[in-house]
Amino acid sequence: MAGALINVPKEIRRGEPFEIKTLVRHPMETGYRRGASGEEIPRDIVNRFTCAYNGQEIFSADLFPAIAANPFISFFTVATESGELVFTWTDDAGKAQTETVKITVA
Amino acid sequence: MSRSAQRVTAGLAGLLLIGTAASAEIPEGERRSGFDYMSRETQAMQRDDTANPGMLWVREGEALWAKKAGPAERACADCHDDAKSSMRGVAARYPAFSEAAGRPVDLEQRINECRSERQGAKPLPYESQELLAITTYVAHQSRGLPVAPPRDERLDAFRERGRALYEARQGQLNLSCALCHDDNPGRHLAAAPIPQAHPTGYPLYRLEWQGVGSLRRRLRNCLVGMRAEAYPYGAPEYVDLELYLMSRAAGMPLETPAVRP
Repeated sequence: MAGALINVPKEIRRGEPFEIKTLVRHPMETGYRRGASGEEIPRDIVNRFTCAYNGQEIFSADLFPAIAANPFISFFTVATESGELVFTWTDDAGKAQTETVKITVA
Repeated sequence: MSRSAQRVTAGLAGLLLIGTAASAEIPEGERRSGFDYMSRETQAMQRDDTANPGMLWVREGEALWAKKAGPAERACADCHDDAKSSMRGVAARYPAFSEAAGRPVDLEQRINECRSERQGAKPLPYESQELLAITTYVAHQSRGLPVAPPRDERLDAFRERGRALYEARQGQLNLSCALCHDDNPGRHLAAAPIPQAHPTGYPLYRLEWQGVGSLRRRLRNCLVGMRAEAYPYGAPEYVDLELYLMSRAAGMPLETPAVRP
């Protein structure tokens, strides 16, 4: 797993909803495919995504093998105060990728 | 036979009939990028850099640009400095003639030439994630600039060979590139719209591939679809074809990294 693109608006007003867009690089191998010599390709997907806003979880999603590679997830939340958004993608091996984005609420 | 299957059969029969007429090039005013044939949703995905998965490769390429490689301990950035200025417009001029190779090379081969000559590193294999990432990063610097094939007489013979390949019938279906992309763009092969085959967005993110791939990979797809034997990865035919396709697309804006279905 390497690389994620996260987009939040530059200007966020207190009390108003804003959109968070995330895109992470991951093969999302389903576990149903076979390689060139017939061997099973083991499943390797991101199975959980969470987003915490100043330590409090505001969004989470369970992912399944039918989801395409490089999953794109976008969602809304309401701006309460300036601080940190922490995004975590956890894959089948239990490995987690974490990205942190600072936001300023005016 | 279902109605849709009948339609496909009729369409294929029509295609074979049309095949007897001589192909004509697409007039300049009617040229359209593959972008125009996509659904609104896929177009939106390409337009928005935060939703375009090709940007993940651009970012990886940016990191590789600054990473030292080979015994020369030199990074691309050590010679070329900031790609944003030094690589601007470069992809629009490729393929170009290489003195070292004695023939035209595409952008990927040029990057590998640099790797082996200046960095002393091993050339990256075709379709490796690293080569795709650097190429996507370099080509991205020319996004929005018009395709500008170089005026170099040494390229002419190769371009003509590319055109001959483009117009030659091959494979078990006895099709040529021109039969679909010059004579029938905008129509459908089963559910898939036929674009005009302008290579303006490569390397691009193809939803079917779930990843970024090169024009070479796309040409192989088409050859397999025609039930022809695909040329091996390093074959000069791909560069000749690209030379011709780029001259056909001269003036159209580059889109790298494009998204295609």
